[in-house]
Amino acid sequence: MDYILQPWPWYVAGPMMALIMFTLIYFGKTFGMSSNLRTFCTIAGAGKKTKFFDFDWKAQKWNLVVVVGAILGGFIAHFLLSVPTDIDLNPATVESLSNYGFENVGKSLLPAELYSWDAVLSLKGLSILIIGGFLVGFGTRYAGGCTSGHAITGLSNLQLPSLIAVIGFFLGGLIMIHLLFPIIFG
Amino acid sequence: MKFIKFLLVGIVFGIVLVKSEAVSWYRIYEMFRFESFHMYGIIGSAVVTGVLLMLITKKFKFKNIEGGFMSVPDKDKGLTRYIVGGTLFGLGWALSGACPGPMYILVGTGVFSIIIVILAAMLGTYVYGVLRTKLPH
Repeated sequence: MDYILQPWPWYVAGPMMALIMFTLIYFGKTFGMSSNLRTFCTIAGAGKKTKFFDFDWKAQKWNLVVVVGAILGGFIAHFLLSVPTDIDLNPATVESLSNYGFENVGKSLLPAELYSWDAVLSLKGLSILIIGGFLVGFGTRYAGGCTSGHAITGLSNLQLPSLIAVIGFFLGGLIMIHLLFPIIFG
Repeated sequence: MKFIKFLLVGIVFGIVLVKSEAVSWYRIYEMFRFESFHMYGIIGSAVVTGVLLMLITKKFKFKNIEGGFMSVPDKDKGLTRYIVGGTLFGLGWALSGACPGPMYILVGTGVFSIIIVILAAMLGTYVYGVLRTKLPH
């Protein structure tokens, strides 16, 4: 039981992610979480004005069920299958965040500096979440997939477009962390 | 009843990404600073396992539960949409620390402020849908 309550190593998590992808293909579907954002837009009525959202969202119901499962899974893992454990980050990572003024680094999954209600109610904090989320939503649909659709499913099927997209993911991430973070948090 | 299996897949997905800390903003930050192997290990071992599973699937012509061959539709050819879209996604991923799977999983861990990120991601998807015919792909 202790093995389950402690954080899981990468060599357990990675192959399990591949099995999740494989299971969905066995069920006749394709692993892709960002598609749900499009489905939500359609359910909200975006299909009336924009052709891109004019599709039969009921065919995507299975993927919405995966979303519900993911929320439940997050609850189970966090509240029932974990003991309070600090994230075992590289000390250099912790130090760099301390220099940006982050406190209690690695004590929770997300930094209070971005996700606490105090942060959310500040202009800067709210802007970070909205801009970050917007870029995720816009970028994944433009690229036709996210980490699950491109990095795991696409690369596992040796698809060149997915490799290009993953290179883009990293290009964007590196620009944000190394060039923009010093401006945003410095 | 036919949706139960997808619920189970989602539950396992959520548990694995929380237990491996892949839903943590800190782990994403650490990854982009190349200060830990952890995230590369997760993605790398997922891809290696996935490649092997798909090679075996093709070789032995496994069938899915609907009776067809197990396969993944090819992505459309192109360059611009993948590199530009991918880069925009990467910028948002590193800033918010959440990609489109973890943002739901984090709701389950009790971080309700992540719902702002989900709503903003819906807005981003909507704006893409509106501008789609004007963007280079």
